[in-house]
Amino acid sequence: MLTSGSVDVWVIVWTSILLSGTATLIALIIGLPVGYLVGSRRFLGRRAALVVFNAGMGLPPTVVGLVVAMTFSRRGPLGFMNLLYTRPVVVVAQLIIAVPVVMAITAAAVSAVPRELTMQARSLGAGALRVGALTLSEARMGLLAAVAGGFGAIISEVGAVSMVGGNLEGDTRVMTTAMVQFTRQGEYGPALALAVVLMAVVIFVNLVLTGFQTSGDRWERDGR
Amino acid sequence: MHHFKSAPRLRRLASVSLALFLVFSLAGCAARQAAAPKPASSDLVLASTTSTQDSGLFGTLIPAFMKAYPQYKVKVIAVGSGEALKLGQTKDADVLLVHSPAAELKFIADGYARVRKDVMYNDFVIVGPKADPAGVQGSTDTTAAMLAIQKAGAAGKASFISRGDASGTNAKELTLWSKSGIATPTPTADTWYLSTGQGMGETLKVADEKGAYTLTDRGTWLSMASTLPGLRIVLEKQKALLNQYGVIVIPGSKNEAGGQAFADWILGPAGQKVISEFDVAKYGQQLFIPNAK
Repeated sequence: MLTSGSVDVWVIVWTSILLSGTATLIALIIGLPVGYLVGSRRFLGRRAALVVFNAGMGLPPTVVGLVVAMTFSRRGPLGFMNLLYTRPVVVVAQLIIAVPVVMAITAAAVSAVPRELTMQARSLGAGALRVGALTLSEARMGLLAAVAGGFGAIISEVGAVSMVGGNLEGDTRVMTTAMVQFTRQGEYGPALALAVVLMAVVIFVNLVLTGFQTSGDRWERDGR
Repeated sequence: MHHFKSAPRLRRLASVSLALFLVFSLAGCAARQAAAPKPASSDLVLASTTSTQDSGLFGTLIPAFMKAYPQYKVKVIAVGSGEALKLGQTKDADVLLVHSPAAELKFIADGYARVRKDVMYNDFVIVGPKADPAGVQGSTDTTAAMLAIQKAGAAGKASFISRGDASGTNAKELTLWSKSGIATPTPTADTWYLSTGQGMGETLKVADEKGAYTLTDRGTWLSMASTLPGLRIVLEKQKALLNQYGVIVIPGSKNEAGGQAFADWILGPAGQKVISEFDVAKYGQQLFIPNAK
């Protein structure tokens, strides 16, 4: 089934992973530091920042798709870049969806690190960078959840990627948009094959997230 | 209780109003009961194409049919012609309105329906970027046009967007390539050939954004042209661009009687009139030309 017919499902799977993976990577580069800063420091407006993160997580992906499509269309402010219906703009839209997720989960993971630990490190002479590294190391399961959460949010999204990508064969056709197309054409074989792969990805992401959730239990039980 | 005449004026006014209200409500109920009881309406599934949907025809056609036949509630499922025929095959639709004559005849030959009947036609047009880099305008015929597009594409000067979704329009496009002696292009082998796998509306938007050529039915083009400033018609009114619609009733479907009623209506004078008048005022020309025999 996965190699059936004239439809090359693996090209589509690879496109999904490439685009969502790139978007997640950039989301991490942006989101991890910001999430860390908001999670670890006490500052005026911290609560407001957390509210913004959580609101961002609730942002409907289709709204993101609409705004990005309008911005990059020929008649939009960034139309001169001719990026609508290309891979880069798909990454941009997915990035906007993933960044709040990464920020929120990172902030939560970082703020869960006991303050005694960082205080002790600082009292032993560690600089800010070292303290940061230590905190991130302690929060590593949470950071893994941030990666999984960000990636999971965009790999199964269909509205935004359809609106800004155009489902172009071999270019911006990803698992979700392809499933919609094949179902509309009555080609259930390729659609199911893609569904199987997508489910496998989603299950893997959830295993990682559950690992984060239960890592606390493991620590209490085994002390590590 | 006081006598009515001695009660305060406001209370009298209130009780009179209430009484009148009750009387009128009861009268209304009685009137409704006296009217003919509304028959239970049955669902009628019409599988048709995205092009027909995008042109807006159903917005006029379906209400007109349901006015003539209030016992049917039409549900339009707009997909590509290929998928519409599949819905007929599995009897998930009661009647089909598609525009893929070769596939329709095969459908009949395979025994999924008894007959197909011509309903209406419109034509396809080739649209492209205003500058027309492939020089399609002024082509003698469609073969010359397709060759010109392929040549410009290979030279990196133009691109073509395909529906790529087994729709009637897609089938026509593939026929045009093969009639011109060109092997069907593919996005992997030909970088100038893109395939959206979606409906006409989305495909036109992609063509507009990328300044590319595409094949579209005139109906969708007319209804969307104002939102596609980068495109214009570069080839039209060619015999090879004719687009014939057919209606097929699915025997043994859930509401075959309803399907037959729809087919009879659309082929009859009432339905044909609705088709011939559709959006003429808006565009100054017919979108669809009725040709039931």
